[in-house]
Amino acid sequence: MRAQMGATIESLMAADPRLAVVLADISVGYFEGAAARHPQRVISVGIMEQTAVSLAAGLALEGFVPVVHSIAPFVVERPFEQIKDDFCYQRLGGNFISTGASYDYGTDGMTHYGMGDVPILRTLPGMEIVVPGTAAEFDALFRERYADGAPTYYRLQDQGNATDRPVRFGHLEVIRRGSAAVVVAVGPMLDRVLEATEGLDVGVAYCTTVAPFDGATLRTVAMEAGTRSIVLVEPYYEGALVPDVVLTFDREAVRIKAIGVPHRVLSRYGTAADHDRDLGLDAAGIRRRIVDFLADG
Amino acid sequence: MRQTDPMSPIPSRIEDLMGLASGDEKHDPSTRSTLDVLWVLYDRILRVDPRDPRAEDRDRFVLSKGHGPLGLYAILADKGFFPATELSRFLTWDGILGGHPDRNRVPGVETSTGSLGHGFPIAIGMALGMRAKGIDRRVIVLIGDGEANEGSVWESALLAGDLGLANLTAVFVDNGSSTRTLGDVGAKFSAFGWTARAVDGRDHAALERALGAPDPAHPTIVVARITD
Repeated sequence: MRAQMGATIESLMAADPRLAVVLADISVGYFEGAAARHPQRVISVGIMEQTAVSLAAGLALEGFVPVVHSIAPFVVERPFEQIKDDFCYQRLGGNFISTGASYDYGTDGMTHYGMGDVPILRTLPGMEIVVPGTAAEFDALFRERYADGAPTYYRLQDQGNATDRPVRFGHLEVIRRGSAAVVVAVGPMLDRVLEATEGLDVGVAYCTTVAPFDGATLRTVAMEAGTRSIVLVEPYYEGALVPDVVLTFDREAVRIKAIGVPHRVLSRYGTAADHDRDLGLDAAGIRRRIVDFLADG
Repeated sequence: MRQTDPMSPIPSRIEDLMGLASGDEKHDPSTRSTLDVLWVLYDRILRVDPRDPRAEDRDRFVLSKGHGPLGLYAILADKGFFPATELSRFLTWDGILGGHPDRNRVPGVETSTGSLGHGFPIAIGMALGMRAKGIDRRVIVLIGDGEANEGSVWESALLAGDLGLANLTAVFVDNGSSTRTLGDVGAKFSAFGWTARAVDGRDHAALERALGAPDPAHPTIVVARITD
């Protein structure tokens, strides 16, 4: 996905003189071509992420469409106040693209993991959050929304799905129908959700826009299936979408199972797949929890 | 209240405008310390047009230290950016003038500030954007000495100096409010590649000289000392 990010942006910069890139020493190599062609619109400021985000707001004030990029904790959590004050409160448009979300850097420890990115950004008014499941989906979603005038976060993870889907910003895609529950699979969780639910009478909805969440489609799918049981499978801290589901169904009773990264300090080292297995986020672990949830219903 | 320098006074009408407002006494020292710098900027330095406050060929001013904005509001009203009657609605429900300036509400305010250490790097982004667009105008950012405890101020000092961002000028108003001893601020910025000047922050002629002729090759910092 990271290579796609560089290619998509370089391609767009040729046609759109407003697009500008602000880096903080991460992924500089992916933007070498863009920097060579547009040296005044690509800058790596050094390792100063707070300044990178505020500087991007200054570019936005001058009519540019900025992209700020770094590893997930460094583009979201470290400059969180700059995203909040300088973009959201000022109502400025800009793009924040992470790499290495969750535990792609699975041997580097918690400082380099990014499981809190989506939950913390969901607190910000006007913030859009996009979680593509493949490189092609990033390309489509970024091209659709990069200049929409809102602050938008694109969460990039090495793990992805095998098949590109025809995704649209702000829409859940219904992948499978079933009556016992609707499983919402976010971004790169789709493939393992499809494997985990094989043979189960559950629907699967694919979510690549976390904010704003497409509650209308979820409600329609659940009503058509005659179920109020919802399973959320998210690649970041578990339960980020629970408030959206509760608000979607308003005063109706709804059963929710939230599956995601648990809120605890991860102190083992390994690949992302190792962490997934340990946390029950591989297909087998997800299936086990969905089956338990259905049995309790 | 301090007496203005009779050789370069702030017009009494600015005090009259400020007198319309009340309720932000906790920021009064901050309002007073920046008043002369703001007056000199808007009266003699900045190329801005209140009839077209977002014109491309304007100078940009950023109050990075966003607190104590009453002096800025009074001067903007005096220059015609919005009606003077707004001053009497300062900090009120129906007014546009809050305890920190909001660019979406106040004509003439370039960027919203409040949390310290944000306006300086925003000003760098504006200066870079203007350079990329080929706009031959300046960005002037006002930083407070208390604000300079924030790490992002020093990130920005490093970055702008290293970039040689000559269309950026910082006014560093030092009214002794920093908890930590900052030492020679001009020397610190010089070490990062800035051209530094030091003036009495009440001396309008000195402020005009220092602010009016920036170094064409490096960012300029004017350290304005306030001792009263």
